[in-house]
Amino acid sequence: MIINHPLLGPRDASEFTYLGDASLINRPDWQADNAAEAFYEYGYLRDNPAGEHQELWYHEAGDRSWLVVTRNTLTHEISKVELARDVARARGRSK
Amino acid sequence: MHDLVAITALGGAEPRVDTVGGVTCTEVPEVALASVAARMGQETSAAKALATLIDAPTPDVGRWAGTMITAFWVGPDQWMVEAPYDSHEGLADQVKATVGDTASVTEQTDAWTRFDLSGDSIPAVLELLCQLDLRRFDKGSAARCSIHHVGCFVICRTPEKVSLYGPRSSAGSLHHAIVTAMRSVQ
Repeated sequence: MIINHPLLGPRDASEFTYLGDASLINRPDWQADNAAEAFYEYGYLRDNPAGEHQELWYHEAGDRSWLVVTRNTLTHEISKVELARDVARARGRSK
Repeated sequence: MHDLVAITALGGAEPRVDTVGGVTCTEVPEVALASVAARMGQETSAAKALATLIDAPTPDVGRWAGTMITAFWVGPDQWMVEAPYDSHEGLADQVKATVGDTASVTEQTDAWTRFDLSGDSIPAVLELLCQLDLRRFDKGSAARCSIHHVGCFVICRTPEKVSLYGPRSSAGSLHHAIVTAMRSVQ
């Protein structure tokens, strides 16, 4: 599998490590009233789609950037690769 | 006062030099290193400050640039600065004084060990060592990659001279990998 890094171009998947669902970017507010429930969902509950899936990959043997990879779990086709920080900022996160 | 003897990463009193066929691998201990990570919102200012320090445009993605002090790109808004150790023992302080609050600077000297490859069959050796696309790896290119499961930086100074940086604690393993590859291309 080849991941087309947004900065470095096509790189072999062996250079990357997989973390999991890109929803991990949406860390709940720990000071919210429903923080316990929100963190339970954040930590344990995942969708397991057969099809398009957004996931976090880390370019460990490369520039060490976190990527959001949109991959079809049925065909392994990768349709989109973005820097995770760009995705996080687009979602209104400051860091 | 202790009377300590300086040794290289491979444990020798002198830097190790290995020549196999048309390629020479030289251990290069005399390097000062510091990493620079731009702070959020200060990316442009940090890049400008770094440019004055290296007296050249700040290296773009996957590039290496500079004069006496040089820098190479290691990640988004992050660079590694290198200079001769004899004249720049306090490199990290010098870099910090230049970039100020626009970036965070970390001393990296002796965290890494450097091997320089010289000769005319370097591409054949690199093909065995790493997965980089060597057709796009020209003078001034810098990339991080995995060499025998060791995370290394590869910098093309000229087509006949390439530097490899690996973790100092893995110097022996990296040297073994390089020399094995050099023997294999003969």
